[in-house]
Amino acid sequence: MWFLCVFFHRLLDYRRPEVESLAELFGAFEPMEDGSPVRPLSLEWNLPQNHHIDSPFHFVNLPSEDVARNIARRSMLVKGIYELWGEGITDDDLEKAIRGFSDERKLPYLKPESSFRITVDNFGKVTSFQEQNERIRGLSYIPFKGRVDLRNPDHKFWLMEIDDYGENNGLPPVVERRIFFGREVGAADRKLLPTYQLKSRKYIGPTAMDAEIAFLMANQGLARPGKLIYDPFVGTGSILVAAAHFGAMTMGADIDIRVVRDGRGPDCNVWSNFEQYGLPKPLSLMRSDNNLPPWRSGLKEVFDAIICDPPYGVRAGGRKSGGRKLLKGAVDPYTVPEEKRFNHIPSTAAYSLAECVNDLLELSARMLVMGGRLVFFFPVLREDVVTVAQFPEHPCFTLIASCEQILSLRYSRYLLTMVKTGHYTEEISELAGKKHLDFRENHLKWMEEGNLHSAVFSSSDAQNTKSSFDRDSKPKYRGKYV
Amino acid sequence: MRLLTHNMLACNIKGVTNGYPLRLEAEKWVEKEVDFNADFLRGAFPKIEWPALVGAVRSLGCHDLLPQDAPNPSALDSDDDFLRRFHRALLQLHVEEGALVCPETGRRFPISKGIPNMLLHEDEV
Repeated sequence: MWFLCVFFHRLLDYRRPEVESLAELFGAFEPMEDGSPVRPLSLEWNLPQNHHIDSPFHFVNLPSEDVARNIARRSMLVKGIYELWGEGITDDDLEKAIRGFSDERKLPYLKPESSFRITVDNFGKVTSFQEQNERIRGLSYIPFKGRVDLRNPDHKFWLMEIDDYGENNGLPPVVERRIFFGREVGAADRKLLPTYQLKSRKYIGPTAMDAEIAFLMANQGLARPGKLIYDPFVGTGSILVAAAHFGAMTMGADIDIRVVRDGRGPDCNVWSNFEQYGLPKPLSLMRSDNNLPPWRSGLKEVFDAIICDPPYGVRAGGRKSGGRKLLKGAVDPYTVPEEKRFNHIPSTAAYSLAECVNDLLELSARMLVMGGRLVFFFPVLREDVVTVAQFPEHPCFTLIASCEQILSLRYSRYLLTMVKTGHYTEEISELAGKKHLDFRENHLKWMEEGNLHSAVFSSSDAQNTKSSFDRDSKPKYRGKYV
Repeated sequence: MRLLTHNMLACNIKGVTNGYPLRLEAEKWVEKEVDFNADFLRGAFPKIEWPALVGAVRSLGCHDLLPQDAPNPSALDSDDDFLRRFHRALLQLHVEEGALVCPETGRRFPISKGIPNMLLHEDEV
């Protein structure tokens, strides 16, 4: 069944992958013969004629209206999914299409005992009230028998159009006008966002994850009741809050004990962030080092998803154990004297992005269930021409989505979604180590400590002379910046 | 710290080979409600080290909560009472203050405000 899927004009790269993840979550894909949903799955998509991939209007093939409704309701970026009754370039085209649309599909929604509403929506332009009324009257050829109810109608109809209104609608130029008329099957509940926005959250840190992105990450990780989700860089818990909202059980670890244990006091800490929204608290918070995780040997395949925002050194750098800052009066080789062992605060060492990502992939390969998902952010300098090959790889994982969010002219971050498609073994781990060395070789210059930070923040003069980076070569429309 | 976490953790000091299970020394523990989810428990059961869980439960003084030997996995489907006990042991018992002690080296990993501190000292890495 084909549906019209209209997106909000934000986070353009994230939109289709979110729908695909939710499609899997709501059972849109037939399981394989052996029952495993492991293979990378994708939906059939289409665009209206002459539309750019960044257009808000897409067509998507879904197995049923129920699946479509569930996807739309849970998503962050789907404005609505509609049963399309007609589309066209002119009002006459539209009328012809709607008249041609089967009565069987139309009449059940036009019955006298039902109520309805028609919304007129113009992408990139405000339509006056008067004009809206005229447009609605123009639809009088549709035999609406029901009662109008603007507040809480049984059926919601939408008349949507897009046209070339000049340059500033945030899209590449629109080639020609297009009108759509359809019945709403489901729409996103963006009311979540004001509830969860960071500015009203009790305990946040400098790198707390924005609520909308955190929900997107939780959707990519297929968070739902009965699933266990782990964040090895939990910080103030902003990602786990989103996962818990969707009913998942959560666990988190962080190397900074002040953040996970103390927060800003008994009523302002990671636990209180969950309390604030009435969510179940994490099953476990602990202080540990992602470089030397304290899991017992033999423990594997326990998490359904690992979702995190690793410290990559632009806003906050990573730390790991193994610092070499000597205690006062001590001499090498390094030892902590017996009397100082209790409550000793170990010094930590810098944790480069390359090492951090490698550890994350290894940990995930071991600790995720088959078909489990690893969702994390990965920074990329924008002077590079990004191809899939540049993302970190692991033989146990298949990359299913990479969504760019441009953060400045210099760099952007990609939300990578990987599915565990191979079993973890010692040999695999060795192979992964070799792959990682290649990867590290190619990216050495900016993945080492401090380099990414200086590439992002160094003064622009220095940057311009060094690189061939050309502002004008980037697309002018703002799509990916929103 | 829940006993689920205890079941997953080991001492990872360099050179330690028998760092599991960590001995649980609880000074203060409480019971916290967690939503009951049978599917989650069934998924978790095969991954649990049963003797370690039983040891931890008994160290808290709950001697009769779990049987000494791991029951047959079919009990998860047929025995609702067992499932509830397993749920309580794994997820509801919550150690607030205490320590996890490495069985090989005696190294104490403190638990404070419910958070185990598993970070190693400089000379243990």
